[in-house]
This record gives sequence, C-alpha cells and structure tokens, in this order.
Amino acid sequence: MSQSSVSVMSESAVSESAVAEGGGAVIQASSSRPRVFSFAALHGSLAYNELATMFRRWRNIALLAALAAIPVALGIAIKLTTHNRGSGFIADVSNNGLFLVFTSLTLTLPIFLPLAVGVVAGDAVSGEAGQGTLRYLLVAPVGRNRLLAVKGSALVVFCLVASFTVALSAFVVGLILFPAGDVTLLSGDTISFGAALVKAVLITVLVAASLLGLAAIGLFVSTLTDTAIAAMAVTVGVTILSGILQSIPQLSAIQPWLFTGQWTSFADLLRDPVYTPNIVHNLLIQGFYVAVFGSAAWARLTSRDVLS
Amino acid sequence: MTAAIATRGLSKRYRGGQLAVDGLDLEVPAGAVFGFLGPNGSGKTTTIRMLMGLISPTAGEADVFGEPMPRAATRVLPMVGALIEGPAHYPYLTGAQNLARYDAADRSADPRTRAARIGSALERVGLSNAADKKAKAYSLGMKQRLGLAAALLQPRRLLVLDEPTNGLDPQGMREIRSLIKTLAADGTTVFLSSHLLDEIEQVCTHAAVMSRGRLVVQGTVATLGAGLRARLAVTTPDGEAAAAVLKAADAADVQIEGGRVHCDADGLEADAVCAALVGAGVRVFGFGVERPSLEDAFVALTGEGFDVAE
Repeated sequence: MSQSSVSVMSESAVSESAVAEGGGAVIQASSSRPRVFSFAALHGSLAYNELATMFRRWRNIALLAALAAIPVALGIAIKLTTHNRGSGFIADVSNNGLFLVFTSLTLTLPIFLPLAVGVVAGDAVSGEAGQGTLRYLLVAPVGRNRLLAVKGSALVVFCLVASFTVALSAFVVGLILFPAGDVTLLSGDTISFGAALVKAVLITVLVAASLLGLAAIGLFVSTLTDTAIAAMAVTVGVTILSGILQSIPQLSAIQPWLFTGQWTSFADLLRDPVYTPNIVHNLLIQGFYVAVFGSAAWARLTSRDVLS
Repeated sequence: MTAAIATRGLSKRYRGGQLAVDGLDLEVPAGAVFGFLGPNGSGKTTTIRMLMGLISPTAGEADVFGEPMPRAATRVLPMVGALIEGPAHYPYLTGAQNLARYDAADRSADPRTRAARIGSALERVGLSNAADKKAKAYSLGMKQRLGLAAALLQPRRLLVLDEPTNGLDPQGMREIRSLIKTLAADGTTVFLSSHLLDEIEQVCTHAAVMSRGRLVVQGTVATLGAGLRARLAVTTPDGEAAAAVLKAADAADVQIEGGRVHCDADGLEADAVCAALVGAGVRVFGFGVERPSLEDAFVALTGEGFDVAE
C-alpha cells in the first residue's frame, strides 16, 4: 500500500523537477537516472522527514505495538473459549479467521484507535512548541502553511498505519488460529476468501477515514497550547464526550453530526450489495470536521505569536 | 549599503498589557559583530523574536536586509542562522538527524548536499564524534554546539546568536568566540546577545544596550566606553596620606576604599603623581590608570546591574 503510493509520488516528482530546474546539468542528472534522483528528492522532502521522525519515535512505535497486541489477545481469548461464544462477529471468528479483522477493528475503533490518534494528533504542533523545536522550524524557515500541511498529511498516514496495524495483526493471528475459507456475509451471501480480503482492505481504509475528523480536532487543539499532554487529553476527552452525547436520546438533533456518529458504518461493506448511505454520511461528517478544524488550526497557527 | 537589521519604532505589547519593547530604533550595519546587551527582562529576546518573524510587533517596523519582517520571512530567513533562547532538539533523534530535520524544513536547502553540509557543520562546532548519538544523551554544552551547527547548515549573511556560549566550558567558550571571529572575517554579520560583557568586549565591533524595553544607547564598542572617565588607582596602606597628595595635585573625585585610593585620571600626569606619592612617604604597592570596561559602561547606562527588570 505505502509502497505503491511512494512510486506514484516519485514519478510526479520527476516531471516536476525536470520542469522546474531546466538547467543543463540538472536535466542530465535527472534524465540519465531519473528514478534514483526522484527518490532522493522525495527522501529529502520535509514530508518524508516528518514521517521518519514520527516512526522513529519510541512512543509512537509503542502505541502501534499496543494496537497490534489487541488482536493477538482477542484471538487467543476466542480460541480458548469453547463455550458461550456470544453472537455477531465474535461467534464468526472461530469459523473464519478473516472475521478476526472485522472484530478487532470493531473493538479498537471506539477506544484504542482514537487514543493512539489523539496522542499523535494532540502532540503534532504542541509537542514541537513544548520542546522548542517549533521556533527553529519556523526560522529555518519552514513556512507556517507548509508546516501545517506536512503535519496534517503525516496524521493521515498515521491513521492509515494505525488501522492497518490492527488489521494486519488480526489477519495474521486469524490465519494461524482459525480456519480460512469462503466468507458468509451479514446479508447471508457467501463470497470467496479473496473477495472478502478485498473487503477487509476497504474496511480498514474506511476505519482510517473515520479517524480523520478526530485527527483534525487534535491538530487544532495542538495549535492552542505548548503543553502536549493537555492537547492529547483534550483530544481523547472530546472522543469520550462525543460517545456520551451519542447515547443521550434527547440529543438526537445533533447526533447525526457527531464525528463518532457513523463509526460503525464500515460494517455495511459486509453486505451484498453494499449498503452505502451510512458510509457516505460518515465520510461527509469526517470531511466536514477536517474542513472546519483544519481551517481553525490554520487560522490559529498562521496568526499566533510563537513564544516557546 | 543596506543595514543588516533596521527597526523603526518597533514595539511589542503582550496580551497582559506589559510593554516588552518600546519604540526601538535599532541599526545593525552589515558586516558588524553587534553586541546586544541588557539585563534579564529588558526586551532582548522579544526583539530577536520579532526580527525572526516568530511574533508580530504591535507597532513599528523591522527590516532584515532591507526586507520587511515577518512578511518577507521566507525570502530572508534562509540567509539567517539563529540560536534563540537556547538550543532545542528532538531528544529521540541523533545529532545528525536533528540537523537533517531542520535542513529539510528550509525549502531553499538542497537535499543532495545535505549530508555533506551536516558533516561540515558538525565538524565546525566539534561534534563530529557525537553525530550518531541521540540528542537526549548530549550534555548541555553539546546541545549548545548542536544548536550552533543548525545555524551554520548553510552559508549565512546574518547570524543571530542569543547567548551562544551558555553552558559551555571555558575551552568551549573560546572555541565559539574564535568561530564567531572567523565567520565575521568572512563577512557574515553577527548579532550577538549576551550577558557576558567581556565576551562582547572581546568579539564585538558594535553594541547596543537595552533597558526596560527601551534602547539606551547604540554605537561602536569604543564609543560606548568613551563616555566614562579613566580612573587613577593607588594601592596603599597609607590611604589618608595618599588622598592628601592626590588632592594637592588637583585630582577630582578622590575616594578611599580600604587599601585603595582612586580618583579621576583626567588631567593628571601619572608619572609625576607617582613620584609625588613616593616623595611624601606613601608606601605604594600598586599604581595604575584603569580604563573603564564595558561592564562599567553597562552599569552606568542601565543603573540596574543584573537584576531582573520589573
């Protein structure tokens, strides 16, 4: 997944750099070994550096490791429980390992994934401010718009990586502990293992997309303070609050616009034909939150006095 | 020639209502090594932050190389290396990785020469051996050096250094001072904020003194000290007798402090005074004319020593 996106980006970098740097020597270098050169350009970019910094950080690795451990624990627990398997996804897991992917995503989406995304998003700008590196990035000069764009893109990547960490771990554990084969959908139809695998990938992408609204809130909150831990706490707290508002019937008027409102919609992909209204609604909500809180973060970061 | 830094009426009032910088008219000539002095809380760092586009002034203008800040930040700042209020690093990255991140942030920096530039910057500050160590394992002095290395990643026209020798051992201080002199000899303008007055005196050609948000004085280092008179000092156990001799020689402002007697040196022939003292039977253990130091000038100008300004 990430491999393919890298090659796509490097190709566009080739054409851009060839156009931008029309000098003879540069043309020669880029036309004789375009692939190597373009990869170097990508490798040297701030976006790449942001990701490298993100995934070199021990705390973020630990968050991902904890996410990967959840399907392992879940798989073992289901394997050891021979009676009273309950209903829904969990009951299906023992018949088909692929259902561990759906079960794990269902279990991690309300709490563990938002926790991981909240920590990383809340830290995005406030962490740099708190440790003083924000001022050095700004005098480099990074440009405030560019910094926000890079931080935002890195958060999108983190949402994908976090979701796929859960899904991949669940997939591997499911294959080891449980049988694999044709998958019976919620609508009763049966599809091949390969077709179900495609659905699993799509569902994981949808789960990642469901986290984008939260990531945007976290990014905004992290521009408000120099204390990273406060921004993380607020971001995770907002998720909990949204979950609570979700469960109060009197608030039905605002519930369609809570960012957690349609988080469970990804399960609709397991129907045939796919039931799309809630999925589309979820994507609209996430887009709305990204637009609103992304703009707020931009307004705040570009106007603020950096005193840290 | 355009001044490296020029401000007109530059002011900053923080949200609490506190006026941190008040009508600053600063002029740093290109090529100067400019010492920026002032007690803690006098507005030095606020001024530097405005010059670097980190905070916006509430009134007035600041130009760097003739371009307005913070509007021209993306054009101006690649020419500027800065160390502001101490170094800051990613503790979980190595020294070289820290520099790579700052360099990637600068769009004008060529990624193809990055590794080489990082290597030479680390070598310049004497950190080559610690390049692959995590920054959290660095000592205070090493962090300071790494901050300087970040300022030296590219050839700069202006270096803004806020207390660059902070946390360094005496050997390290000397290295940094000679580094500053080398850079200045290459034509780089250096804007140096420091509490160490002898440091300013040793390396700076120009200086400005801030006090309570206002600019007290600016000019060449030589003219700053010129406002103060030289003193003639005698070390002797015979204080009263020595004072009498000095007064007889028409010396002004004679003062006795323990085993020392001193007076204004202006208008006195030092050799004749010394002979007169010996002739009067005064036991002279030490005798000399003391030139005023920048520290004397500083205290005379700010009148507050190193106390935090209110």
